[in-house]
Amino acid sequence: MPDRVIRRLLLALACAGIAHVAIAASAPLAADPAREAQVMHIAEKLRCLVCQNQSIAESSADLANDLKREVREQLAAGKSEQDILDFMVERYGDFVLYEPPVRNSTLLLWGGPLTLLVAAGAGFAWTLKRRRATHATPPAAQDDADARARARALLEDQPERRPENHA
Amino acid sequence: MKTKFAVPLALFLGLAVFFAIGLTHDPREIPSPLIDKPAPDFTLPQLHAQDRTLSLADMKGKVWLLNVWASWCAACREEHPLLVAMSKAKLVPIIGLDYKDQTPDALAWLQEHGDPYDVSIVDAEGRVGINFGVYGVPETFLIDQQGRIRFKHIGPLTRKVVDETLLPQIKALQNG
Repeated sequence: MPDRVIRRLLLALACAGIAHVAIAASAPLAADPAREAQVMHIAEKLRCLVCQNQSIAESSADLANDLKREVREQLAAGKSEQDILDFMVERYGDFVLYEPPVRNSTLLLWGGPLTLLVAAGAGFAWTLKRRRATHATPPAAQDDADARARARALLEDQPERRPENHA
Repeated sequence: MKTKFAVPLALFLGLAVFFAIGLTHDPREIPSPLIDKPAPDFTLPQLHAQDRTLSLADMKGKVWLLNVWASWCAACREEHPLLVAMSKAKLVPIIGLDYKDQTPDALAWLQEHGDPYDVSIVDAEGRVGINFGVYGVPETFLIDQQGRIRFKHIGPLTRKVVDETLLPQIKALQNG
């Protein structure tokens, strides 16, 4: 591995380390590490609405911290994971879930890629079949005779064109 | 062969139309599931008299606006003149929800920019904000006589939103 790559990797690691420390310092955690792991497990399923491509577990935005606090408190109050996800959806809509639920409005989202794959596969198979059909027809006899005559002429020409030193 | 080009061209145009429509949507505007649902209950201290509170029940029977703002929010300054104008027109009571703010800062901010709010309430920890599905400041909610949320605007109010959406909705609610 070139030096440059290693140096970049080290830098990335260092940045990740700093980010981790920053997140850890940002909010009071649950006293029990197992409980905190459970909080993070749920937080990873929830989208941070301010920084939309992060979960609230990854984000240290103000709202993400508040929502993590909410998760922590509700777990402490004995709520289940589903209760907490429902609580968030009630307030922020399905968009708050990283994995959108399957419903009529999301059918295209879930089924679209598979439909596209099947359609593209079918199109590809159809094209291949059609191409094989056109290539399978034998060339016209006259073309064949022409081609043979040209080939013979070329072969007969060849000895005269061959460079001397290769002989 | 003309059809050879027609199919990819049609696919391309179809995609282009979809993407063009997609570009007109703002991904930061997330439709609220609370529209036409009862507003979440709250009881919060008032900014100007912290020993007094205001709760949802106090607003029953009125069409009113809940404007979420904060002194640290730059976009709130943008919409502020519109709110001041609306409060002068006395169309509806406007309640200010001072979101995750410091009370002295909030008081100074209202002093400086004008106070359009009939009552300001303090949501220091943002808990009522979460119940209302607030994810940014400012946000504005229109709430009807029965305490249902009828409209929500995300981001600073604009003249266009006020004239074309908010005012007609207020009138319709007040007459119906």
